[in-house]
Amino acid sequence: MAPPPPPASPADSSREKPVIQLQQVSKRFSNGTLAVKDCNLAVERHSFVSLLGPSGCGKSTVLRMIAGLGEPSAGAIDWPSAQYDAAGKPIRDLGFVFQEPTLMPWATAIKNVMLPLKLAGVPKPETRSRAREALANVGLAGFENAYPRELSGGMKMRVSIARAIVTRPSVLLMDEPFAALDEITRFKLNNDLLELWRSHRFTVLFVTHSVFESVYLSQRIVVMAARPGRVMADITIDAPYPRDEAFRTSAVYSDFCRRVSHTLGEAIAA
Amino acid sequence: MSAIDVNAFQGTDAEAVVVPRERRVLGLAVSTWPKILAPLAIGVVMLGLWELVVRINHIPVFILPGPILIVQTLIKDWGTLSTSLWITLQITFMALIVAVALGVFISVLFSQSKWIELSFFPYAVILQVTPVVAIAPLIIIYVNDVRLALLICAWIVAFFPILSNTTLGLNSADHNLINLFQLYGASRGQVLRNLRLPSAMPYFLGGLRISGGLSLIGAIVAEFVAGTGGRASGLAYRILESGYQLQIPRMFAALLLISLTGIVIFLCLSLISHLCLRKWHESAIRREN
Repeated sequence: MAPPPPPASPADSSREKPVIQLQQVSKRFSNGTLAVKDCNLAVERHSFVSLLGPSGCGKSTVLRMIAGLGEPSAGAIDWPSAQYDAAGKPIRDLGFVFQEPTLMPWATAIKNVMLPLKLAGVPKPETRSRAREALANVGLAGFENAYPRELSGGMKMRVSIARAIVTRPSVLLMDEPFAALDEITRFKLNNDLLELWRSHRFTVLFVTHSVFESVYLSQRIVVMAARPGRVMADITIDAPYPRDEAFRTSAVYSDFCRRVSHTLGEAIAA
Repeated sequence: MSAIDVNAFQGTDAEAVVVPRERRVLGLAVSTWPKILAPLAIGVVMLGLWELVVRINHIPVFILPGPILIVQTLIKDWGTLSTSLWITLQITFMALIVAVALGVFISVLFSQSKWIELSFFPYAVILQVTPVVAIAPLIIIYVNDVRLALLICAWIVAFFPILSNTTLGLNSADHNLINLFQLYGASRGQVLRNLRLPSAMPYFLGGLRISGGLSLIGAIVAEFVAGTGGRASGLAYRILESGYQLQIPRMFAALLLISLTGIVIFLCLSLISHLCLRKWHESAIRREN
């Protein structure tokens, strides 16, 4: 058996301020459950970071708090490199992809993608051309006028991703976006997501419960444990990009998977 | 934004959905014809039996007229009956329009404030559960204008399904979509226009179909209670009047008109509902298996 790779050095944070920084963040729900406890996390610009953990470990809660859907009970979530609005709040420049495609069933694919721009008051012609471009970027050129019910699960998720990137955000938050898809579609979408990440240069924070998916996609995996949700380990996956199907069958990939699995096992047992 | 390799995104999961068109006879799909012909055949057989029973047993017309005589009476008395039909229709449609306008307006208010909903909804329920026959006499006493009184009665009956269904619909928007709107900093008005109102559409249309029939029933019930005489009276008064005069065939003819009107209202509202929802809502879409 190959020796485990040397422990990864922490991401070099001296060069630039992180995009998102969590300091001692805790979240207690109104029913008293402590969902997240003392979570510290810094996400570097242009990085691809996964939050990995068993269900109930608070990874989705963390993601939602970062998006501003719910305030932390304690601690602070900072956007050190963000611009601030007149009220002194950071302008969260982000796109969010939910576990379900979360499309408006009464609207066509392009109308769904146009929504964020429409809400921001972007003029209609520009809205339409940018939505068309975003749909083309996720491989759905020609499907502008299809209704969500006419699309397959994978295509719906592509529309959802197009909607998230149409505002050209600097951060993309993804909450188990491919969990409900079959493996073949998921692999395809994994590759397409990496390609988008490479070409659009946004930062991705990706929540998943799949070891394989997180190793395949990420530069860094933050392993979380449940009850209460907390960060257990921070593993750097220093395999080069582009990653493709050859990487999926390589020894390096399986070594990382073994290591991450082991750490996840410890996190579950903890 | 940098140009990207489009070829990388030729999704294998991207297959167009092609629905083959069914063969049509006289503008209708082959499979729909039995749905029309079967109930029609039952109706013809029943009417034939009715006519036969009346003729064989020599049942006097003031007890039970046959269907042929009823249709003849309908044609003969079309002048009076059509005037009455028109009056009933006016009340029905005005009541329905007011019910829709107020129902939608109030449910939007409800959706904007939980407190308004909590405070007022019980009274809407009271309005609904009190039988209109019981309050109609009071309304007719207090409101001088008979037509206005009839309108109010019909409105009371038609109002609640619209209000309750639309309120339910406005509150049924997908929670993740609400989160999404919040994420993009949508205003209340934007959430209402772009999310809550479209989500409420199927519920509203369901309520509308119920209310269409109810506003006709409300108008007829109120006319019965009011019992106004003269030429400017609706179909219910024609029924009462024909009863006093033992004009039983005319009574049946008026009854037939009311039923037909109810059916036409239902069909029209169903068509509107179908046209609004056919593109996206499960209820209007044929199952593909």
